Amino acid sequence: MTKEQLTGAELVIRGLEYLNVSTVFGVPGGAILPAYDPLYDSPIRHILARHEQGAGHMAEGYAQATGELGVVIATSGPGATNLITPLANALMDSTPLLAITGQVASTAIGNDAFQEAYTVGLSMAATKHNYLITDASEISQVLKEAKFIATTGRPGPVLVDIPKDILNQVAAWVEPGDLDLPGYKPTTEPNPKMVQQASSLIKKSKKPILYVGGGIIHSKANNELFELATKFNIPVVTTLMGRGAFPDGHELCLEMPGMHGNYTATTSIQNADLLIAIGVRFDDRVTANPSFFAQNAKVIHADIDPAEIGKVRDAEVPIVGDAKSVIKGLIEALGDEKLDTENWVSELKEMKTEFPLSYKQEDKGPLKVPYVLEELQKLTKEEAIVVAGVGQHQMWVSQHWNFTEPNTWLNSGGLGTMGYALPAAIGAKTAYPDKLVLALDGDGCFQMTCQELITASTENIPIKIVVFNNGNHGMVRQWQKIFYNSKFSASELTHDTPDYLKLAESMGAVGLRMMEKSDIEKVFNKMLEINDRPVLVDCIVDPDDMVFPMVPAGGSNDQIIMNEEDLKNL
Amino acid sequence: MSERILSVLVEDKPGVLARVSSTISRRGFNINSLSVGPTNIEGRSKMTIVTELDAVEQVKKQLNKLVNVIKIVELDPNMTIETEVLLLKVSINKDSQTSVIEKASLSNATSVDVGQDFAIFELTGSSKELDKFEALMKPFGIIEMVRGGRIALQSNL
Repeated sequence: MTKEQLTGAELVIRGLEYLNVSTVFGVPGGAILPAYDPLYDSPIRHILARHEQGAGHMAEGYAQATGELGVVIATSGPGATNLITPLANALMDSTPLLAITGQVASTAIGNDAFQEAYTVGLSMAATKHNYLITDASEISQVLKEAKFIATTGRPGPVLVDIPKDILNQVAAWVEPGDLDLPGYKPTTEPNPKMVQQASSLIKKSKKPILYVGGGIIHSKANNELFELATKFNIPVVTTLMGRGAFPDGHELCLEMPGMHGNYTATTSIQNADLLIAIGVRFDDRVTANPSFFAQNAKVIHADIDPAEIGKVRDAEVPIVGDAKSVIKGLIEALGDEKLDTENWVSELKEMKTEFPLSYKQEDKGPLKVPYVLEELQKLTKEEAIVVAGVGQHQMWVSQHWNFTEPNTWLNSGGLGTMGYALPAAIGAKTAYPDKLVLALDGDGCFQMTCQELITASTENIPIKIVVFNNGNHGMVRQWQKIFYNSKFSASELTHDTPDYLKLAESMGAVGLRMMEKSDIEKVFNKMLEINDRPVLVDCIVDPDDMVFPMVPAGGSNDQIIMNEEDLKNL
Repeated sequence: MSERILSVLVEDKPGVLARVSSTISRRGFNINSLSVGPTNIEGRSKMTIVTELDAVEQVKKQLNKLVNVIKIVELDPNMTIETEVLLLKVSINKDSQTSVIEKASLSNATSVDVGQDFAIFELTGSSKELDKFEALMKPFGIIEMVRGGRIALQSNL
């Protein structure tokens, strides 16, 4: 029997279907046009974004909410260059992403053809791996490899660049075979000797801290983590990327440490005698100046990426492996051991009471983001997927929202990409149409990708967006206030341009406004009631509010600025 | 600081040299020498990277993350055969001719081309030997010189 002959474009779509891809985000264009023809007839849902950056963040939101591969399609040249930001973002936050880009015809490559960019070169440092297809017969195998690389080990983005003539070339559909990747063999099972050494350190520790992050969420190890922490009575700090890996509100949960972490979480690390670091990378936003970080602690560092171990901080016990396997191993090795951590746990409990997160919301005063957030969470009955941009509002959400489940908190942690929230929320809502998806954004962030509100309306993706509108780049303003003598250079936006209600309406969404305390309940209830369209709430907040606690970049985590008063002693 | 020699086995695929060098520069590491060429195994190339750094562990780990990098071995300098190639074009005239040829021959350099007023020598050896030869030729006027990347093999493997 002769094999079925397909065009390269058909092979791409068939390949995606074969890999169980159900949704793709993208923007068409010249070089990728052949692929859009069979896509039209495919059961795969295509979400037409208004900008490739938006499409990329949508795919990231989809992937972060589901823990599965997100797929984005763009054309050559500017289509591909617009994807660089989401690719770099996905690389930093270890999000499994597959990007398929059109390329000019292989005969034109190198000739500066119309809409030609050196996509493989440009994306090399922004992807885990990338490919340039040179023959249509490679397509199915490369797509399978790409998905495998993107979703295994430390997940990340993979780009496949396909010249237009290859998309038109006819080749046989061949089911992809076994993968031949001699240089790619992630270690998932930890070395038992290392696990044993780690458990001996844990047994001796009186002040251990479980310092956990995104790795727990990628490895779906939250149940195992819960068992490890509760069985052996070990307090847990969850990093920005690890929020939800261990439930807030649990007495062992200290929540977020670091630059804007709460006092107890940050200080617990400083006072610990042992850090059990799992799926974290000792990011500078956590450690501040690493020479002052956890000076009294020994370190067990487990990560699936060997390059993270010893990169910032040497570990007494390095463990390469998947978080889930590592934690299971630790639980087994610790057996029925009773750790002597009672004093430590109660010491931290007292610290929590003594140094809570604080803010002051006056009855008639301007709205404070933390207050609005807490009220919003009270009004949402169900578990929401919460998506943030980058800056003050992001820190406040991470601080004040109660996260109890993994994959319910999406944000741009590593790269700090403003404009992430709205498109990522669209991606998450596409994956879970029945869940409440909240984009909690800043006005500066929102304006960077706000055209994607049109995507949400036209594709019928009824997300809810709260724009915390302080008329400023709030975090920039905060730094200028503290470090640049309140010289507010280029940080001022405006409260009223655009008019967010008109903007929402013109883009097919409902716009609501919230200005004072008495508006909150009414406006949020209205927002929660509307489910046939996206809703945007223009929430006017205090431009002078600052995020505390704060440890200045490069400072020591022993010197935490708790409030504006402390700034005077700087 | 002592030099470290990495022997990197890679898949012979397009762009692999770019991936390796981009990873090195992206992480801010300097390299003294990099050479690449085929091996006795089909579809595999070997890179020899000479670098002077404390952070050699990080370089190894970061390079190992590249999908096309198969294996990295750090060679023990005491058990390593290392060599480098040099081509050197030097001015000659009636007065210097004899001296140049004598010095080259004593350095084990081979003359590969001789013209009216120049000679080209080839020399294979350790980097130090090559440095020494360069210094010997300098007074006569080096017109052009090129050195190939350093290659190395561990002798007890």
